[in-house]
Amino acid sequence: MIILAMVFYIALEMFNDSHESRDKFGFGFIFSSEWNPVKEDFGALPFIYGTIVSSIVALLISLPVSIGVAVFLSEIVHKSVRTPISFLIEILAAIPSIIYGFWGIFVFAPFMRTTVQPILESTLGFLPFFQGNMYGTGLLTASIILAIMITPIISAITRDVLKAIPKSQREAAYALGATKWEAIKMALLNARSGILGGAVLGLGRAIGETMAVTMVIGNKAQIVASLFEPAYSMASVIANEFAEASGSLHISALIEVGLILFGVTFIINSLARLLIYSVTRNA
Amino acid sequence: MSKDSILKNPKNLKRRKLINSVMISLCVLAGLITIIPLIYIFFYTTQSGISSLNLSFFTQLPKPVGEEGGGMANAIVGSLILISIGGLIGIPVGVLSGIYISEYSKSFLASVVKFTTDILSGVPSIIIGIFAYGVIVIPMQRFSALAGGFALGILMIPTITKITEEMLKLVPMSLREASLALGVSRWKTTLKIVLTTASSGIITGILLAIARAAGETAPLLFTAFGNSFWQTNIDQPMAALPLQIFTYAISPYEDWHRQAWAGAFVLIFLVFVVNLLVRFVTRNKFSGNL
Amino acid sequence: MDNDIDNIESEIDTEIQEESDLNSKAAVLTKDLSVFFNKRAGIENINLKIRKNRVTSIIGPSGCGKSTFLRSLNLMHDMTPSARVFGEIFINGENITKYNSVDIRKKVGMVFQKPNPFPTMSIYENVIAGLRLNGSSKRSDYDQIVEKNLKHAGLWDEVKDRLKTPALSLSGGQQQRLCIARTIAVDPEIILMDEPTSALDPISAAKIEELIFNFKNDYTIVIVTHNMQQAARVSDMTAFFYLGKLIEFSKTRRMFTNPREKLSEEYITGKFG
Repeated sequence: MIILAMVFYIALEMFNDSHESRDKFGFGFIFSSEWNPVKEDFGALPFIYGTIVSSIVALLISLPVSIGVAVFLSEIVHKSVRTPISFLIEILAAIPSIIYGFWGIFVFAPFMRTTVQPILESTLGFLPFFQGNMYGTGLLTASIILAIMITPIISAITRDVLKAIPKSQREAAYALGATKWEAIKMALLNARSGILGGAVLGLGRAIGETMAVTMVIGNKAQIVASLFEPAYSMASVIANEFAEASGSLHISALIEVGLILFGVTFIINSLARLLIYSVTRNA
Repeated sequence: MSKDSILKNPKNLKRRKLINSVMISLCVLAGLITIIPLIYIFFYTTQSGISSLNLSFFTQLPKPVGEEGGGMANAIVGSLILISIGGLIGIPVGVLSGIYISEYSKSFLASVVKFTTDILSGVPSIIIGIFAYGVIVIPMQRFSALAGGFALGILMIPTITKITEEMLKLVPMSLREASLALGVSRWKTTLKIVLTTASSGIITGILLAIARAAGETAPLLFTAFGNSFWQTNIDQPMAALPLQIFTYAISPYEDWHRQAWAGAFVLIFLVFVVNLLVRFVTRNKFSGNL
Repeated sequence: MDNDIDNIESEIDTEIQEESDLNSKAAVLTKDLSVFFNKRAGIENINLKIRKNRVTSIIGPSGCGKSTFLRSLNLMHDMTPSARVFGEIFINGENITKYNSVDIRKKVGMVFQKPNPFPTMSIYENVIAGLRLNGSSKRSDYDQIVEKNLKHAGLWDEVKDRLKTPALSLSGGQQQRLCIARTIAVDPEIILMDEPTSALDPISAAKIEELIFNFKNDYTIVIVTHNMQQAARVSDMTAFFYLGKLIEFSKTRRMFTNPREKLSEEYITGKFG
């Protein structure tokens, strides 16, 4: 009961607190790419862009890996291997994001700068995504860290929905002479809406992730095609500027960014839950 | 004859078998790829953390840049206080709504609450921070441990609710019936029989939530705010371990980085131990003869 | 030939006679009792009179509504949101709708198919669980209550040295007797037993049957069983349910030797079910 009231209250509170900025900028807030606290001119587009691109790239990296892990754990390995590995993956989900960020700055970003980015540029450099300055920190680095963080979530849900697919279906496939992969593929196809739900849930998590992204995305409010370049995300701008915001309009604008973030994650999560419910309920 | 018909298309079969082994190996590879960062992070943190970890880390206050030594005693104590406040809010609400969802699962309202809990678990923690800011910081006119604890409490709720619900569902219906058949009222049955039977599971859930809350940084940035001095008044800004790690990590000083690694190690160690514990208890729960 | 018919007729006569005599002594009386799950009927229009200090068994093929009937007598259907109960139930002549379900269940105890002692409690605590949770009787009486009820349930000699050990350390048959001790500790008048021996080995089952036989003087017992020999051994009266309806209710001896209804005869002789 309290929970119910709370979620509404959160939305209401943020709606109220952002009225100053909403009144001033209207819908232009979403489409303006100007963010200048000194001139008190605020537009959220760069943050929205950074959030969406980093999350979607993260999902693209994470989804195949997550499904692979789920299949690996639920269909391929023996139980004695499954237990410790799934435990390790659970831990991966439980590590505080600040530690991912910390590790990202000091270990992963240098590695990106010296190894991954040059390789990508020399092989795929003809694409606009893989050109530009290589700082180490930037969109791609943030995406990969996010991918590591959401893989446990997506793979856990994929495992759950795979478990919900009756064994008899797989046996039926084998009985028709299917190879192991073909049987697995059939199970995956059957579980697709649940897996999609897991993916959307992971996306929601990636969108809302704050600390790790803040530490590695580069924190520069710009919109560029290159994934090497630094960018900014909605959550990180709140994290960085909120505590030392200069005026009430600044705070109000940040809260409006929060409101957008809340709205997006709310919709994405509802979607994900409905998809997951629809699969596991029938099981 | 029959053999021919099965192998009517040996080329196709060969291709299928090839695809099979390629895909299976890709899945195995995926498993390895996922574990590598974990092991890397784990060992790196341990290695960098342990070397900077010493007694003064736990007993001393942070020292200004340039001075050797110093610790995070205030941040550790701060984290403890914040988590306690969070627990006071999160545990009762979480357990109660878990009970409600599980014991009244047929009612429409219960499924709405369940759905909302799932949504709440997906709300970014920084949003919870803004909420706590709006509800507590603005009226109080200053950052405070109370606001930070409040935010952590809200973050704990979905985890605790979920685990409570699942653990209560593991309690067999027959126990509830046995108790009711003795003429025990429904709420007493839930409280004294169902809850005590599931208590070990619920406690691990609470531990899990606490471990998660202990590592949360984003909602504390503008609620508890951080503090480099001793502070135990809950209406004042307070330091917290993850906040301190954040501040130190983005600073340019070698010394502070080492301290931050030590803090990170403490956090990872906490997470690891709690998860191990949870694993242990829930395994007993699932294979045990309830 | 003639003699046989005479015998039977006189038996019917005495039965009718007895029934009118015992009208006042009906422990449980149901009038047009029906239970619906969603829209499907579990049992329909059951009119049954269960006499005081007798053992009444309910038999019938699985899914015939035996357990549904039994569970309606102590209002267990309250727990199932989809279940709806119609008709009237009288206990000791009083309509139970006048009372709170909790009070009814104190008077009407229940023993379940699977032994279900409370896993977090010791043997001792299990026996007094009902009393303690209800807050009735004094703490100082507990020792005595535990001893009395465990003796009554025939378990005292086996467990008196380890009353503080967890209830789950007992064997299945002992657990079931512990559950019986737990039930009678609340001091009910009527005990409902839902296939109390079907999860037990034959020796443990025999002990439970012996208990049922000994309980007759103190309690009214209604037992659901799918073991017809058991019904024949332990009960005075037998009710035969089929597809949610009460087909026949007779003296046990008669039910198993010369049932009135053809359906009962077919079931008892194993033609179906």
